[in-house]
Amino acid sequence: MKILFNSEDIERTIRRIAHQILEHNKGLEGLCLVGIQSGGVTLARRLADKIKEIEGKNIPVGSLDIAFYRDDLGIREDLPRVRKTDIPFEVNNRVVVLVDDVLYTGRSIRAAMDALMDMGRPARIQLAVLIDRGHRELPIRADFIGKEVPTSRDETIKVELSEEETSDRVILYSAKAE
Amino acid sequence: MHRHLLSIKDLSREDIELILETAEGFSDVLKRDIKKVPTLRGKTVVNLFFEPSTRTRTSFELAAKRLSADVVNFSVPTSAVVKGESLIDTALTIQALGADFVVIRHSCSGVPHLLSKHLKASVINAGDGINEHPTQALLDAFTIKRHKGRFEGLKVAIVGDILHSRVAKSNIHCLKKLGAEVRLIGPPTLLPEGFKKEGVELYYSMEEGLKDVDVVMMLRIQLERQDRGFFPSKNEYFTLWGLTPERLSLTKEDAIVMHPGPMNRGIEIDTEVADSPRSVILEQVTNGIAVRMAVLYQLGGQ
Repeated sequence: MKILFNSEDIERTIRRIAHQILEHNKGLEGLCLVGIQSGGVTLARRLADKIKEIEGKNIPVGSLDIAFYRDDLGIREDLPRVRKTDIPFEVNNRVVVLVDDVLYTGRSIRAAMDALMDMGRPARIQLAVLIDRGHRELPIRADFIGKEVPTSRDETIKVELSEEETSDRVILYSAKAE
Repeated sequence: MHRHLLSIKDLSREDIELILETAEGFSDVLKRDIKKVPTLRGKTVVNLFFEPSTRTRTSFELAAKRLSADVVNFSVPTSAVVKGESLIDTALTIQALGADFVVIRHSCSGVPHLLSKHLKASVINAGDGINEHPTQALLDAFTIKRHKGRFEGLKVAIVGDILHSRVAKSNIHCLKKLGAEVRLIGPPTLLPEGFKKEGVELYYSMEEGLKDVDVVMMLRIQLERQDRGFFPSKNEYFTLWGLTPERLSLTKEDAIVMHPGPMNRGIEIDTEVADSPRSVILEQVTNGIAVRMAVLYQLGGQ
């Protein structure tokens, strides 16, 4: 087990991503954040808080569950638990920034894009992740990346974001530690 | 979860809660413009109905279609059954056609259980004889949860022909497992003492039974099963056991009225009650699709 990020690292990274999102989109006009259940939801909320600190304005935030859109139903051993999809705004013609904690095979992002498309027609979809650990199985890349971490497939990355922001960390588990 | 859904009796409280939780997600999907998800793409659902049914069959059909599965309906008058094919042969034939799910309704209790022993496909009981109708109980529980937010301490009255009702039996098991207090109300001929062992209270008077309940669940008087004189006449039944506005006023102020349908207005339920704001009967129909989607999803993930 190795701690990759502590609370301060995560805080700095989220602030940087928030700045990058704003810079890239030239402000928050027409912008919204959608966190992928479950790891992306807290991160999206954190990013929204940061953006408010920087711009002084609220950005719409939603959560998206991708269980019904997965491509491994019947293959994986445990059925994913269905969590809340809550997007209290129109996605039509908006720039939607999908937010997830870890980018890995890219399959979750594919599912999330399909789910999003069934809710409307966003003007553009962008992707923000805290960790990119490689091993893509689909032609998908992130627009905003906290940190690229080279991993092997038998390692596990766990992002722990607490509500009170003090005990946040990103941990890398090696296969042997399991 | 299990591979088949044969009865509520087989499910744990956690199983039921998981289905209700999953159904919440599907209920949101059904409110969107695009009411379809790709979850069961490439799977085949066969509705095998040996008894007439429009609403349950249509509900399963829509649930499967909303999940992007292919659906085939087999109903008795058009199938080889009328040519003398045995039940198991029919089911094996359907399996050979590539069914992943077989939704079955039959007038004999235990048929889904029998089929589940012969089929690799997931078997879903859509009503077997006078035994169980598990998806109806699950959609009823879902509807109650939406309105009451809890089951613990809730008083639910099930009224009518309990003896012949698979809906009642599934609901008794389901509601008891979820922690509700269940009372049964009906004429003694249709409400045998034996039900006491299920941990429910029996009432032979509407006025006593309805007092302070949170939910009134009316059952359809199954006119096709009343040839043995369980009650004197439809009029007499309505006079003694019909849910009238006066009787409804004995329940809690915010009590809801449920009915699995199809309703016999003027026999078990007064038209005024059926159309009142307290009635959630049409909502039950809507919720049925989300709950059946949740069942297919949970069984399909195995």
